[in-house]
Amino acid sequence: MNKKIALVLALVVVFTMMLGCGEAAGKKTLNVYNWGEYISDGSEDSYDTIKEFEKWYNETHEDTVHVNYDTFASNEDMYAKLSAGAVSYDVIIPSDYMIARMRNENMLLPLDFQNIPNYEYIDDNFRGLYYDPDDQYTVPYAYGIVGIIYNANEVDEADADGWNLMWNEKYRDRILQFNNSRDAFGTAIYKLNLDVNSTDKAVWDAAYEELEAQRSLRYGLVMDEIYNMMESGEAAIGAYYAGDYFTMLDAQADDVDLRFYYPEPTNYYVDAMCIPTCCADKELAETFIDFMLSHDAAIANAEYTWYASPNRIVYTDEEYLEEMGEEAIAVLYPEMEDFSALYNVYAYRNLDQETLDYINTLWENVKIN
Amino acid sequence: MKTASRILTAFIFIFLFAPIAILILFSFNEAKSLSVFSEFSFKWYRELFRDEATLTSVKNTLILASLSMVISTVMGTAASVGICRLRSKWYRRMMDTVTNIPMTNPDIITGISLMLMFVFAGRLLGTTTSLSFGTMLIAHITFCLPYVILQVLPKLQQMDQSLPEAAQDLGCTPLRAFFKVTVPEISPGIITGAIMAFTMSLDDFVISYFTAGNGFQTLPIRIYNMTKKTVTPKMYALATIIFFVILALLLISNFTGGDKKNAAPVKG
Repeated sequence: MNKKIALVLALVVVFTMMLGCGEAAGKKTLNVYNWGEYISDGSEDSYDTIKEFEKWYNETHEDTVHVNYDTFASNEDMYAKLSAGAVSYDVIIPSDYMIARMRNENMLLPLDFQNIPNYEYIDDNFRGLYYDPDDQYTVPYAYGIVGIIYNANEVDEADADGWNLMWNEKYRDRILQFNNSRDAFGTAIYKLNLDVNSTDKAVWDAAYEELEAQRSLRYGLVMDEIYNMMESGEAAIGAYYAGDYFTMLDAQADDVDLRFYYPEPTNYYVDAMCIPTCCADKELAETFIDFMLSHDAAIANAEYTWYASPNRIVYTDEEYLEEMGEEAIAVLYPEMEDFSALYNVYAYRNLDQETLDYINTLWENVKIN
Repeated sequence: MKTASRILTAFIFIFLFAPIAILILFSFNEAKSLSVFSEFSFKWYRELFRDEATLTSVKNTLILASLSMVISTVMGTAASVGICRLRSKWYRRMMDTVTNIPMTNPDIITGISLMLMFVFAGRLLGTTTSLSFGTMLIAHITFCLPYVILQVLPKLQQMDQSLPEAAQDLGCTPLRAFFKVTVPEISPGIITGAIMAFTMSLDDFVISYFTAGNGFQTLPIRIYNMTKKTVTPKMYALATIIFFVILALLLISNFTGGDKKNAAPVKG
């Protein structure tokens, strides 16, 4: 027994010693809060954004900075922690509708664009969007469009037409639907060509009827499980984000041939960098945002995440275009007359509580088998 | 009957270990996929050891688990001694129930209520951030404590109460009697309690998720946050390593434990 106790004590001593040397020696600290897997992190010989920023800052400012980089899994989780004052971050990267909500609740600081000169490379299409009409609070990081992914070995090309594919009786038990209320109802509302931000209960009832009609055709309600199900051929049809289609394509099984198209209308979203009111060092935070827009970092992140970038430096760069390949560029950056016009109509907005409650009640019924 | 029980055993083993076997197999896959095994490679192990964020989260998890194990074991043993000495039966039963509440309480409720309490306390103290490594440690100690008490208390009750008294009669101070007589008697309970506290802390996700502060994320939180995209095969490699480390520890403790049992009667 004594030996065991000695072993346990020895382990404790080792771990407490590790605690001591864990602290980095940086004078300044920058706290960044981003989605998981949403930045180039040095894996598979990619660019290590955080490390490069620390190095670059050290070289150009004669000062050391240590970045605390934390991740979140959903906008709602991030909001819950920040609004409670439980944590404090200098830079956050939420999605559009959450930015609108945080701005309404005075949780964001206006940016000083003097410190973000690279903002000039942000395309005009990504300025003045509804969540930040005067371009005061945000710098867009990535955007995406929802499309339909299907396995061409199972699905007839002729059927790949708009949202109807996800309601096609031929593919009973082969169809995947989003496992979150907003996106699932979204697919039905776009199919009906109604307003996805409507506060009219009739719109949501109509969408509910569509989801009920789809029930017997569905293989399941999924979020990130869709990757394995589509890659392996377990399911044949599902809606997801354009960037994620390429992640699946990268890992598809030999007998699976994944294809992708945009139904019309569809969902557009933007994730943007902003500075919350709890920020401790605003100038440093703005320097970081500017760094994220600079050539190497912006391109590395676009390549790593496979999402489209609103940054001109990225999508006009020869090497980036070559690296991604013609097919990917055509899908990620479809020719659009006017992104901001489409976006302002079809993107999700923050709904009032009554509508949200009503949607949740309907959603409970969708989920019951 | 015998073949039936064998078949049943086989099935149980398959259901228990098939997922782990598949995970181990795909950690050696060259491709990123969970459906296609392209060729054998150590690629994801190399990637894992280059991924500082993941290694930091592993280190954080181990630090947190070790500290909460040590603190909750000490506190839990002390609490058990106190509970054991309570004269009033009613009072003792009440203490039992109170310590059992955190075990039966759903994690999500424990997590959220702890977070609210820390935020409330933080506001009172006027700090900018209320969550930190400290709060997460307090949370972990909170849910580990009942498991330690659950292991130590029965051992204390089984022990002959006159033993420490005899030691004191023979000239030991009460403290010395406790360490020389009581602790060795109840040490199996203390060790099991410590191991349980360590494992509970190691794989807790829900409570950690609500009480984690800036710059200190544990491994379960990191893996959960990867679900915007897929969990990378690096995690299969990490899970494989953890599986084999735990297997080795179990084997060691089984072999050494066996020796101790044989030696035990000599002590009596």
